Amino acid sequence: MTDLSLHKTSWPSLGASGRLGLLCVLSLAMLGGLGPLILNLDPFSLSDSRLADPRWLLGRGPVLGTDDLGRDMLSRLAYGARSSLSIGAGVVAFSALVGTLLGLLAGVYGRWVDAAVTLLTDSIMTLPSILLAIVVVAVLGPGLLNAMLAVTVVAVPRFARTVRSVAALEMKKQYVLAARSCGMSRFKILWSEILPNCWGPVIVQSSLGFSDAILETAALGFLGLGAQPPVAEWGTMLADARPFIESAPYMVVLPGACIMVTVLGFNLLGDALQDLIDPKRSRG
Amino acid sequence: MASITKLGGLLSTLLGITLIAFFVIRAAPGDPVLLMAGERGADPSQYQATSIRLGLDKPLVEQYRSFVARAGRGDLGTSIVSGRPVGSELLAHWPASIELGLAAVLTAALIGISAGVAAAVHQNRPIDYVVTAGSLVGYSMPIFWLGLLLILVCSVALGITPVSGRIDTLYDVQPVTGFMTVDTLLPAATGRYGLAAFRSALHHLLLPTLTMAAVPIAVFARMTRSSMVGVLSEDYIRFARSKGLAESRVIWLHAMRNALLPIITVGGLFFVSAAIAGAILTESIFAWPGVGRYIVSSVYARDYPVIQGSILLVGVLVTFVNVTVDQLYRVADPRMRA
Repeated sequence: MTDLSLHKTSWPSLGASGRLGLLCVLSLAMLGGLGPLILNLDPFSLSDSRLADPRWLLGRGPVLGTDDLGRDMLSRLAYGARSSLSIGAGVVAFSALVGTLLGLLAGVYGRWVDAAVTLLTDSIMTLPSILLAIVVVAVLGPGLLNAMLAVTVVAVPRFARTVRSVAALEMKKQYVLAARSCGMSRFKILWSEILPNCWGPVIVQSSLGFSDAILETAALGFLGLGAQPPVAEWGTMLADARPFIESAPYMVVLPGACIMVTVLGFNLLGDALQDLIDPKRSRG
Repeated sequence: MASITKLGGLLSTLLGITLIAFFVIRAAPGDPVLLMAGERGADPSQYQATSIRLGLDKPLVEQYRSFVARAGRGDLGTSIVSGRPVGSELLAHWPASIELGLAAVLTAALIGISAGVAAAVHQNRPIDYVVTAGSLVGYSMPIFWLGLLLILVCSVALGITPVSGRIDTLYDVQPVTGFMTVDTLLPAATGRYGLAAFRSALHHLLLPTLTMAAVPIAVFARMTRSSMVGVLSEDYIRFARSKGLAESRVIWLHAMRNALLPIITVGGLFFVSAAIAGAILTESIFAWPGVGRYIVSSVYARDYPVIQGSILLVGVLVTFVNVTVDQLYRVADPRMRA
């Protein structure tokens, strides 16, 4: 019964914009998940029909045209969706794990642990994320995995800071005081009292983290520091399309549009989840 | 007490930034001495000399201490690529970035705040929906894509704006202030070209400014709207209206003063960071000869001293702007001076 009523109250409050976000994210998942299966096209195979205009302009030929090497745009975009989803998932998983752990330790143990984590998060968050990311890539060398690692480094403090503030707040509450006075160890408190309170903020941050991760990795790709050709990744595709902006504008328009819809989707979803999960905000 | 905590936070952030900058060179794969030597390599005696000059024979703590001491004196090392001091190289690229950054921030503030006020005043009416939707889209905009779209529309299709650089190569304007829009108005330039050079500089500034302003416009609009909506529901606004004051006066004088407060803080904190992040991408798209493009090119060249210097400079700059904004907020809002 309680479960049912929970669903009844929570689904409508996802709101129109939240549903739009969900729609964007689901279409991305469809494009990346099913696209390559249905289309049965190879994003790497070269052909002689280079820079062929999309079908809506030409009336025939490949649906979204071909790029400068004759590769099919639609299938490259579909594989790009796959890349973006993996990038988002990988970065969010790692940064959520490390960030949550750091935040919990800082919030629960306090003192020098807190000072060390705060030092780390504050100084990383002071630097503009793209600057720090390109610096990490400069150290590790360009490539998709290194770019993801760079974006993870930038994302960890966002989780750590969120979780730390929740944990520090909970630590002051009476039930934690009660648990401590009963002789519960700090680690046990961390695990069974504090951590459950952090899921909401972590989930919200994860959705927003998805959009940040995809946007930042694409930016690195665009600068030539992320995924390297011939990997089908939207940011890299944009960089490759740059010289053909006059002859094949669709090569510039399409990958960027994909990035924007994806980022918008995760942002909308994240905002809606925030309203859903954080009762203070949705009441206020 | 609060100020002591603040000072502690400031010092710890500076410590963190210097540590990050310090370890960048050491984390890089390969031998720092060979990195410094560049592609020419180094023979054993040179190697020894560079190693001692860089202080690499000393303990790590000692190395860090002398790194901070040198940085404090403004010595950020030498660029591997140009062989010139990093500090002066970075300084040489500042004016172009500041010119673009100022243009972008002013544009963003003007458009964003106006849009936010319009949305708040006409709450839940079409204009509000347009602004809210627009700011959501703007916030999610990959600006490297926006830059290319603007080039596509304004330069390729309409042919009204140039694609790269700060001014036509036709004009030879000597830098005085370093701001192209100012230098072209100085007698030296106007004497030779009239206003043509100035127009060219403005044309070149247009697309990068719009590209860089996009995300800040969205943020400004969103913040202004929510802040303004809050203020407009307060009693003193109702009082001002019931006094019979003109609506424009109520909004722009009475409401605006309070609505702007959070915008100053959040905006200030966001902007330095956003301006530098925006500069990195925007300057790369439009071949704008500023700090952002210089940093990216030094990453391509693996010019570690420059990368190190940039982190340090940007980090310190952002930290001090944050502190300043925080103080400004205290001055602007007496309630914060508890």
